[in-house]
Amino acid sequence: MERVPILKIGDILLVSIQVDMSDQTAVALQEDLAERIVATGCHGVIIDITALDIVDSFVGRMLSTIASISRVLDAETVVVGMRPAVAITLVELGLSLNGIRTALNVERGMELIAADREREYDEFDDSSDAEPTASP
Amino acid sequence: MTSGVDLSRPQAQTVGSDEDVVRVRQLVRTVAVAVKLSLVDQTKVVTAASELARNTLVYGGGGTVEVAAVDNGRRPGISIVFADSGPGIADLELALTDGYTTGGGLGLGLSGARRLVDEFDIQTAPGQGTRITITKWSR
Repeated sequence: MERVPILKIGDILLVSIQVDMSDQTAVALQEDLAERIVATGCHGVIIDITALDIVDSFVGRMLSTIASISRVLDAETVVVGMRPAVAITLVELGLSLNGIRTALNVERGMELIAADREREYDEFDDSSDAEPTASP
Repeated sequence: MTSGVDLSRPQAQTVGSDEDVVRVRQLVRTVAVAVKLSLVDQTKVVTAASELARNTLVYGGGGTVEVAAVDNGRRPGISIVFADSGPGIADLELALTDGYTTGGGLGLGLSGARRLVDEFDIQTAPGQGTRITITKWSR
């Protein structure tokens, strides 16, 4: 069975799917990614599907599952590079890709994840500012 | 022909494993390109074939897929037959409903595949296996 490589770039895990995945390969990717998120502490996952010429219901479900798993592990998933014909087919097939964030390319996906992290830090700062200081 | 596929006769592919489903997708893609389907229509028919070949494997316990270049006198097209001798489908109407599944999937395989093609024919009965024929015409 082929395995899809997972690259670490700073705080982000980048998965670029370059093969026509068998269902087994897709399931293995789910498990490999979960392990890498925990092992690296990365807060973002980008899945580049530029090279995929179809996304069927199995791969669609895999993308949704990866997004859910990474959210539970404190990482945000962005799917990038979907071809127009794939998008048209997905919608007609009836797949809504629930909970999946998308961006046009890897660069925009990285910006999206960075902006998210910044917002989270800001909220964290605000709430700590609001804490009353303990009086002796 | 550069594709290396003989279009004058149907091409058969047995479906007995995950990798065979990948081979079905590749064969369908090759024929869809050869009969000059548009890129969107190629994508639709390959996606439909992927769903149905997976059903043949998962629900039918394996089977065969036959891919043929066809012509209705006005337009060329691609016709694909998925045949298995599995348990068959008892309630066809229910099986063709969006979201209905017995296998833990999304329940979009049959209903979604039907939406993606021009012609969809299914012959099945309990204990008699399932035979699905789909056709997509070039526009």
